[in-house]
Amino acid sequence: MTPVSTATVDDLTQTAAPARFWDRQRRLGVGVVVIGLIATAVFGPLAPSQTARFTLSEDAEGAALSINGQLGTILFGLVAVVAGAVLLAGLARRFQTSVLSLGILGFVLSFLCWQVAGKFLPLVDTASGTLELAVPLVLGALAGVLGERSGVVNVAIEGQFLMGAFGAALVGTMATSVWAGLLSAAVGGLLIAALLAVLAIRYLVDQVVVGIVLNLLALGMTGFLYERLMQTDAPSYNQPPRMPEWRIPGLADIPVVGPVLFDTNLLVWLALILVFAIHFGLTRTRWGLRTRAVGEHPTAADTVGIRVRGLRYLNVLLGGLIAGAGGAYFTLVATGSFNKNMTAGAGFIALAALIFGRWTPFGALGAALFFGFAQKLATYLSVAGSSVPSQFLNMLPYLATIIAVAGLVGRVRAPAADGQPYIKS
Amino acid sequence: MANDHIDLTVEPGEVHALLGENGAGKSTLMNQLYGLLQPDEGEVLVDGVARTFRSPRDAIAAGIGMVHQHFMLVPVFTVAENIALGAEKARAGFLDRRRARREVLEVSERYGLPVDPDALVENLPVGAQQRVEIVKALTRDVDLLILDEPTAVLTPQETGELLAVMRSLAAGGKSIVFITHKLKEVKEIADRITVIRRGRTVGTASPETPEDELAALMVGRAVNLEVTKAPAEPGREVLKITGLIVDDDRGVRAVDGVDLVVRAGEVLGIAGVQGNGQTELVEAVMGLREPRAGTIQVDNEDLTGMTTKQILRSGVGYVPEDRSLDGVVKEFTVAENLVLDQYDRAPYGNAFRLNPAAVATAARERVEQFDIRTSSPDSAVSTLSGGNQQKVVVARELSRPLRLFVASQPTRGVDVGSIEFIHGRIVHERDVGTAVLVISSELDEVAALADRIAVMYRGRILAIVSPDTPREEIGLLMAGITDPSAAAPAEPVTGEAADGDGAAEKGTK
Repeated sequence: MTPVSTATVDDLTQTAAPARFWDRQRRLGVGVVVIGLIATAVFGPLAPSQTARFTLSEDAEGAALSINGQLGTILFGLVAVVAGAVLLAGLARRFQTSVLSLGILGFVLSFLCWQVAGKFLPLVDTASGTLELAVPLVLGALAGVLGERSGVVNVAIEGQFLMGAFGAALVGTMATSVWAGLLSAAVGGLLIAALLAVLAIRYLVDQVVVGIVLNLLALGMTGFLYERLMQTDAPSYNQPPRMPEWRIPGLADIPVVGPVLFDTNLLVWLALILVFAIHFGLTRTRWGLRTRAVGEHPTAADTVGIRVRGLRYLNVLLGGLIAGAGGAYFTLVATGSFNKNMTAGAGFIALAALIFGRWTPFGALGAALFFGFAQKLATYLSVAGSSVPSQFLNMLPYLATIIAVAGLVGRVRAPAADGQPYIKS
Repeated sequence: MANDHIDLTVEPGEVHALLGENGAGKSTLMNQLYGLLQPDEGEVLVDGVARTFRSPRDAIAAGIGMVHQHFMLVPVFTVAENIALGAEKARAGFLDRRRARREVLEVSERYGLPVDPDALVENLPVGAQQRVEIVKALTRDVDLLILDEPTAVLTPQETGELLAVMRSLAAGGKSIVFITHKLKEVKEIADRITVIRRGRTVGTASPETPEDELAALMVGRAVNLEVTKAPAEPGREVLKITGLIVDDDRGVRAVDGVDLVVRAGEVLGIAGVQGNGQTELVEAVMGLREPRAGTIQVDNEDLTGMTTKQILRSGVGYVPEDRSLDGVVKEFTVAENLVLDQYDRAPYGNAFRLNPAAVATAARERVEQFDIRTSSPDSAVSTLSGGNQQKVVVARELSRPLRLFVASQPTRGVDVGSIEFIHGRIVHERDVGTAVLVISSELDEVAALADRIAVMYRGRILAIVSPDTPREEIGLLMAGITDPSAAAPAEPVTGEAADGDGAAEKGTK
């Protein structure tokens, strides 16, 4: 082709899609400036001018990072304002995420300075609490990742949690083995997953409806058995052994990081390992490529000889095992016994983490940590007698998800065939 | 029954055309051959051995590849990933990406099908996506390649390139089944032709068979391929579009500064490859999509800001491009569909009630006038053939006095008999003094109907030409090339690369 005609094509290309002023970056910039201003102008005056101590050890004494509460509140608020302003002014794409994170971090730190002023916040305890609270969310969200990347919507995570928690308590007590408990938790999740898979994949029932029904089924069934079986004789049926904490000598002595990561229970490691494994699996293996193909364009997968339904079954069932294991957290780690509806919506927060994390394992981990931190902070606030109702922080996962789904934080795109049954024509 | 005792033999190194109308059963036949559907009766022999294909996996194993009419590519995957999918080279389950890339480049070079293994499929223009599909089939070492309506989405130049590729594949010993309803292409490329009508083989023909004979075989009676019409007598300016800018659903500019005038008593045809802004243009005219800028006037009355209902009531008729989505309510009866736009007006009804007697009378009239083949006006529209469903739409829109008639893809998925009829009605509408705007991705249709042809490319009208303009010239315009003298020896590689970049830029917005 000669230069003349090439130029024509290029000219048209360049004028075809002019950039819009209010792009994602600028919209985010406005948001960050606004929360920064709130932090500076609202939190700042409210914060008492007393020292806020972030202690590195378990108690009020010992080494700590200290700052004047009011000063910190205003200072970090301003950090958020500046970060937002930078976004608003426009900058290269590759810096966007870091600047955005800086802005949100500024807001969070400003809030903390306000709340901690005159008190202390144990950092290690907060971090390990955050991680532990995040564990069931990560496992639940990973179950969702497996199902939804292959095209099956899983809103039954809550039910899988409940069955897992119940199974862990019952079998764990009867076998007096925490491992038997963990195993039956996974099986409990698998049962719900099997129902979901058969109804959604084979009988083409609406996947969201099936999920909701399965949640109710799990709630009713575990509730019934709890009242009729466990409550009558708790020592024989509802006192499972607790999951032991494993301390890795050497590594556990590293300050802050050590106690958080290397003096903890198996479920924490399981969750972290699975995040890496599933991420790697989805991006680098034959299974992952096929899973994603089946979730995006099942007909295309079928025409190259991939068994669409078989792969969906496999993924949903694997997800059931993982979510069930996540349910074990509630009985084997958190409380030590089963209670009616003890998961209290954690499965839905896991679902939120899945969406907020954009259907990716690491995204889910990040979202789960964020939500776990919010929960931990909510507990801290109510114990510390804060003026901010802890319910506000408990609302955060849902609020964040609404913002994410509304498209304010990047493009949230579900797998194209998510929730659509595959019917051979 | 979609296929009724069909026999088909394809020789090695042969391009075998499977010719038939929409809905004749060509795709059904090939989907059986590819293992997507199971035949109730009959057998498939490959190299003389009977085989049963329970799934595409079996067909691929037997050396059969297929390029589907709707591409079977995962949009968010790269070209290499799409090609590797299902036949991944892996070491212990881990993908060997370098080998996948290398294989793509190898095949692409060997057959002269340029593809970029790292491009995301969703950013590629359709022509390039089709090459990816062909490379995908070729990497699987096929002996028989089925191409299902491959030229439907291509510009005339791209079609030419595809036919050349088919020719060279056949020369290399591969067998090709070429499914189409376009007679010109069949005559140009096929070694043998099998014609299918209503699920039966009605004959085989050689490419020397004249076009009208092939058409008669395909339709079952003699057809008139030309649209006969008197010269247009354009009157006042009816539709006047100035500086129109419209964005698509993703916020990407789809119509980028269009000025158009359609006069009373003329047909203005818009030619262009699908997806160059035609849909958005029509939606803006009909009030279905809010333009970002510009005016749309009918007889000096501004339509922008009016609701679709107001626009229809002001004397605009509209045949939407997707019949089943926007044209008819499939579960409703023929009679109901015929008054969808006037159910609340006399004599059919008022704000509170319908007048079933008037609806029924009108329906009987229209069914006869427009030759709608239905067992009764009270049958659900879904029981009608595509052509007759389209006649219902056309009948509804043409049964009130119009100033402007907008027909988008008026004969898509319609049998030849109905095409003749619908074309006739469109010309008739022009002759009574209505301004007519026809949008079609079939250049033949635009050329046959239009008194002036506007070629649309990437949201702009590149030129307005007379229907006598050579097809090659219009084809070049459809590919965005405004200087025909410069592009005569079109080099496919560079042209496509530029195209690909453009689409990529659009896609990342």
